[in-house]
Amino acid sequence: MSVLSVNVLGVGLRGPGLEGWEKSAPLLRDAALWRAAPTVIPAPERLPSAERRRSGAIVKLSIAAAEEACVAAGIDTRSLATVFTSSSGDVQNCHMLCEALATPERAVSPTRFTNSVHNAPAGYWHIATASRAPSTSLCAFDASFGAGLLEAAAQCVSLARPVLLVAADVPYPQPLHAKRPVGEAFGVAMVLDASPASGSSGDALARLQVSVSHGQPERCETPSLESLRAQVPAARALPLLRLLAQLALDDPRGAQARRCTLEYLAPATLDVVVAPKGRA
Amino acid sequence: MKPLPITDYTVTSAIGVGRDATLASLRAARSGLRRRQFETAELPAWLGQVDAADEVRLPEALSAFDCRNNRLAWLALQADGFAQSVAQAARRHGAGRVGVFLGTSTSGILQTEIAYRHRDPASGALPEDFRYEETHNTYSVARFVREALSLEGPAVVVSTACSSSAKVFANAQRMIDLGLIDAAVVGGVDSLCLTTLYGFNSLELLSPDICRPWDAARKGLSIGEAAAYALLEREAGASDARGWLLGVGETSDGHHMSSPHPQGAGAAQAMREALAQAGLAPRDVNYLNLHGTATPGNDAAEDIAVVEVFGTDLPCSSTKGATGHTLGAAGGVEAAVCLLALAHGFMPAGLNRSTPDATLRCNYLDAGRDAALSVVASNSFGFGGSNACLLLGAGR
Repeated sequence: MSVLSVNVLGVGLRGPGLEGWEKSAPLLRDAALWRAAPTVIPAPERLPSAERRRSGAIVKLSIAAAEEACVAAGIDTRSLATVFTSSSGDVQNCHMLCEALATPERAVSPTRFTNSVHNAPAGYWHIATASRAPSTSLCAFDASFGAGLLEAAAQCVSLARPVLLVAADVPYPQPLHAKRPVGEAFGVAMVLDASPASGSSGDALARLQVSVSHGQPERCETPSLESLRAQVPAARALPLLRLLAQLALDDPRGAQARRCTLEYLAPATLDVVVAPKGRA
Repeated sequence: MKPLPITDYTVTSAIGVGRDATLASLRAARSGLRRRQFETAELPAWLGQVDAADEVRLPEALSAFDCRNNRLAWLALQADGFAQSVAQAARRHGAGRVGVFLGTSTSGILQTEIAYRHRDPASGALPEDFRYEETHNTYSVARFVREALSLEGPAVVVSTACSSSAKVFANAQRMIDLGLIDAAVVGGVDSLCLTTLYGFNSLELLSPDICRPWDAARKGLSIGEAAAYALLEREAGASDARGWLLGVGETSDGHHMSSPHPQGAGAAQAMREALAQAGLAPRDVNYLNLHGTATPGNDAAEDIAVVEVFGTDLPCSSTKGATGHTLGAAGGVEAAVCLLALAHGFMPAGLNRSTPDATLRCNYLDAGRDAALSVVASNSFGFGGSNACLLLGAGR
C-alpha cells in the first residue's frame, strides 16, 4: 500500500477550550489540562464586509483555522490549493432553509440558498484571499477528516504543490440535532507540502507518512477529550494533533517518530506516522 | 498526466436511461425538458425529470438508503451493465483497490424537506422514520453506491456545487497515479428537490421558459436530475478502453459566491490547466461541451473564456437544453455525452436557441454535426467560484 509523505508547515485550531494552535498545543500534550469551554469563533477580518455579513458559523470557523495555519506556515495564500472537508456544512442555514420550505410561502432568500452549497467555506476563503488556485470540498460523514487528509496529501504529492487542508463541523440546531448529534464547533487546518525542500529548510513542524490501514481508531487519553473526538467528525483529528503538539513542545533532540491511527471508512483506518522534520 | 483508460460509462437523465437512449435523443435533438411541477413545488419552470426513478424499489439490504436521490443512483447503476463492469473490475483488482468518488450538490435533502413538513406538533421532532445518515448527509450517495457495488476502497463525495462531478475524475486520477487504488467509480448523482427549485428561483436564475443557452433572450436555467458514472482503471487492467481521461483543470474564481467572474478568468485558467496537464494545444481539441446554463451571466463569461483559450472556430454546444442543468451531476453527465460523441463521431446540437446572442462569439452548434473526433473538452462551473475542465480522448 502506498505511503504519502508530506510536511506539516503550519496548524490552525479552533474548538471548545482550544483557542488557536499555540494556546492549545500544551493542552493537547497534557490532556488533563484541557477544560471544555464554548468554541470562540473570531470574525473573519479578511473577508470583504458584504461577505462577512452573509457568512455563517462554519465559514467563520473554517477561515479562522485556515488563517492561523497559513500565517504559521508563512505561505502565499493567493496560489495555495485548498481541500475543505465537513460532515454537514452550514447547519444553521440548512435548518432555516428547510423551515422556510415547510411554510406555504416558501420564502427562500438568495443568500440562504447561496450559503447552502457545501463549498461555501471554500468559496468565501478564495474570495478573502483573491485566490484562483484549485479547491475542492469533501464529505465522508464521520470519515470526513480522514478523507480530507488523504485527499490533501494525495494532491500534495501528485501535483507537487502545497495544499491547505481545512476540516470543520458545527452542531445542528434541533430538530436535526436529534438525528445527527454533532457535539461542538471544531475546526482544524494544516498547510501541507510534499517537497523535500521545505522539510530541510527547518520550517516544517513535522513530516507525516499517511497510508490506508485496517486498525482500531485511536482514542484520546481522557474521557472528556475522547468524547469531543467521538462527537465531532472534524475532531477525529485529535490523536494526530496530540502527536504534533508533542513534537512542537518537547525537546527536539529526544523527539522520536510516533504513530497514530485515525478514523476513516470503517473497517479501513488511516495510519499516520508523525516524525520530526527531516527524519522520516 | 498519463492518459487514463475509461473502461465503461453510463448516463441516465431526462433524455434517456443508458447510453443508447441518450445517444438517440442527442442525435434526434430531442429535449427531455417539460413544463411541469415537481412534488409540491408551484413555480413556472421546465424540468428534466427522470420519471423511471419513481418506479425504482431498492433491494431490501439497501432499504435504509431509500430516497429519490439513491433511487436515481440505483437506476443508473443498472443501465448498460455498468454494475457488472464494476464487479469485474473489483474481481481483477480487489474490492479494496477500487475507489468511489461521486459529485452531488444536494444528495437526498428532499427527504429532510419533506420531514420538516411532518414535525411533531408538540416537540418539533422530525418523524421517527427519517434517516439522516443514509439520505440527507452529503456523503450518503457515495456510501450507497459503494455498498451497492460491494466496494471497499477509498470513497468521498466532492460537493462543489455544479462542478462536483467533473472534479471527481481528478480525485480518481491522482489516487490511481499514486498507487493508492487501481480503479475507481466516478460520476455524479443529483435529484430534483425544493431547495434548488426555490433557491435558483430566489436568485432569479430559474427560467419560466425552457432554457435557451447562448440565446439573446435567455432567462436562466431549467433544472434537471441525472446520474452518470464512469469506470477508470490503470492501464494494466484495461483491455478495452471506451475513452481516455487526458487532463483535468481545476481552479477557483475568488470573485463572488453566486456570480461567475465577468471575464471568465478562473474558467479560462481551468481550460488552460487541463490542456497543460494533457500536454495538448488548443488546436488539438475538436469539440467543447459548454457549461452553458443559459443564465445571462454564465454564458457571457464562459463565451469570453472559451474564445480567449480556443478562439472562435472550435465547435461548441451546451446540452443543458436537452437534459436541463443537472447541477452536481452535470459534469458526469456531460463527460458521458462527450464519450458518446467521441465514440460515434458526432457533435450534439445546442437546443432551444431561437435568436443567437450577437455579443457571444463562440462557434455555437444549433444543429448536430457528424465529425471524427479525437479530443473533446467539457466545462463545468459552480457556485463558490468553482471551475473544472475535462479533456477526454477517443478509444483506441
